[in-house]
Amino acid sequence: MTRGQGESLWADARRRLLQNRAAVLGLCVTGALLVAAALTPWISPYAYDEQDLNLGASPPTRAHLFGTDSLGRDLLTRMLYGSRISLVVGLLATLVSMIIGITYGAVSGYLGGRWDAVMMRLVDILYSLPFIFFVIILMVYFGRNIVNLFVALGCVQWLTTARIVRGQVLTLKQKEFVEAAVAMGVSTPGIVFRHLVPNVLGPIIVYATLTVPAVMLEEAFLSFLGLGVQPPNCSWGILIAEGVKHMELESWLILFPGFFLSLTLFSLNFLGDGLRDALDPKYRAD
Amino acid sequence: MAAYALKRLVGAVPVLWIVATLTFFMIRLAPGGPFDQDKSLPPDILKNIEAKYHLDEPLGAQYLRYMGSLLVLDLGPSFKYANRTVNEIIAAAFPVSLELAFWAILVALTLGIGAGIIAALYPATWKDHGVMSLAMVGVCTPNFVLGPLLVLVFSLTTGWLPVAGWETAQDRILPALTLGAIYAAYIARLTRGGMMEVLRQDYIRTARAKGLPERVVILRHALRGGILPTVSFLGPAIAGIATGSLVIELIFDIPGLGRFFVQSALNRDYTMVMGTALFYAVFILAMNILVDIAYAWLDPRVRYD
Repeated sequence: MTRGQGESLWADARRRLLQNRAAVLGLCVTGALLVAAALTPWISPYAYDEQDLNLGASPPTRAHLFGTDSLGRDLLTRMLYGSRISLVVGLLATLVSMIIGITYGAVSGYLGGRWDAVMMRLVDILYSLPFIFFVIILMVYFGRNIVNLFVALGCVQWLTTARIVRGQVLTLKQKEFVEAAVAMGVSTPGIVFRHLVPNVLGPIIVYATLTVPAVMLEEAFLSFLGLGVQPPNCSWGILIAEGVKHMELESWLILFPGFFLSLTLFSLNFLGDGLRDALDPKYRAD
Repeated sequence: MAAYALKRLVGAVPVLWIVATLTFFMIRLAPGGPFDQDKSLPPDILKNIEAKYHLDEPLGAQYLRYMGSLLVLDLGPSFKYANRTVNEIIAAAFPVSLELAFWAILVALTLGIGAGIIAALYPATWKDHGVMSLAMVGVCTPNFVLGPLLVLVFSLTTGWLPVAGWETAQDRILPALTLGAIYAAYIARLTRGGMMEVLRQDYIRTARAKGLPERVVILRHALRGGILPTVSFLGPAIAGIATGSLVIELIFDIPGLGRFFVQSALNRDYTMVMGTALFYAVFILAMNILVDIAYAWLDPRVRYD
């Protein structure tokens, strides 16, 4: 594969990403999902809390494309609203984890020496612990609301980000532009956040794309257990949990949410892998 | 090797101390308590209950009391299961979870390694593509989606296997498959990568040139190196299987420790939640140490240090 002369990093990355069919498919599905979630109040066929007790549980029909649950609520409508919560939790928890991870990793890498050793040892220790248990403890004792949910998930997802950023900063801090910044008297926080962090954005974007599905999966897991999003709010995890209860007679209630959760995780993972191949300089060699 | 194991065990002690301290203060500093109910108890009864569980002492004294009892491996009484200690509940429920985890790991290893070897031996053929596509689907299907789907197909529709329960041998099949599937998928990908790497090596060509049967070359010579990525994945996999069992035990109605943990989390049973979380931390740390020892045993280039 030849690289165009004078092609910028981002143009090159875009070209490589668009050549990857799986990643393009992931991008399309993710984009469609985001649009659907954003437009939910306008495109959803029914109101969020609309019940039709006379109808009860109905299999998919023309009026209810994904069927209804035992209260006669339209499943498609509930899934659209659920996608908003699942996506918001996924994106915000990822943001929280990125802020913690970038700060921690950049500071550790830039300070180096003994500080770095202690900070990274702590990361190693935290890595070996069963984190979902701590998320559950956090959720139980600080209340099961959405803010606690994404803060708790973000607090346990930052470890890999911190490692990646630290590794990048360790090599970057030897470069001349850092030396120049030091010589010009830029403060340590200034060097870390104005000069080093912007230069590690590539790997961070890649890892963030892979963190979103991981967090969405954890949200669904917790909501499934009854420890995440609480009714009357709804997320895909809650819909799956409700679907399991009724699957003997009303299998569509588990099939649609289950399929769309898997499809979303699939797409985001493909997109993340594609972005890594496109942005990671290691893959540039061949 | 014994020295290495000892060193790792000693290293785990401060980790556990940090975990215990963190969970203790996290729980105690949070608002609300295990005896907050919709209908509040009369104050003197509440006082008696708090005195019984030493909740009326200053926080520092409670902390020292808890750490002291941990030293003698006593996790305290359960707040919600009257007259049962956390130790008793764990002793009763953990063997069930352990058996489930054992079957799940067996599923993950046999399916994963088998599929990975096939894919590596016939790269870029329909076998390879089929196995790897299936593995991709496996990686992206959460176990709480896969489990109900398997029940729908194999129990409710065909009636071949029981829906739930934990008595007969048939009861083990669906939970083990559900819990192991995602790790089988990861292991298939890792084994394929590891085997493709190894099969290119000179010593494999030497083994073939000696006229060894292909089966021996693959299973004895190549697999030992090709399995290394899988072995280092086993630590995270065991942690994931322990976590996954929370959901699987709920779906299949299995009387294991995971179900107790979720239940006590919902009930705010302090000692039970802390005890179980600590117990899982010990278990996972121990498994990680075992995995690291196994890794060094398989790969002589890795030295115990």
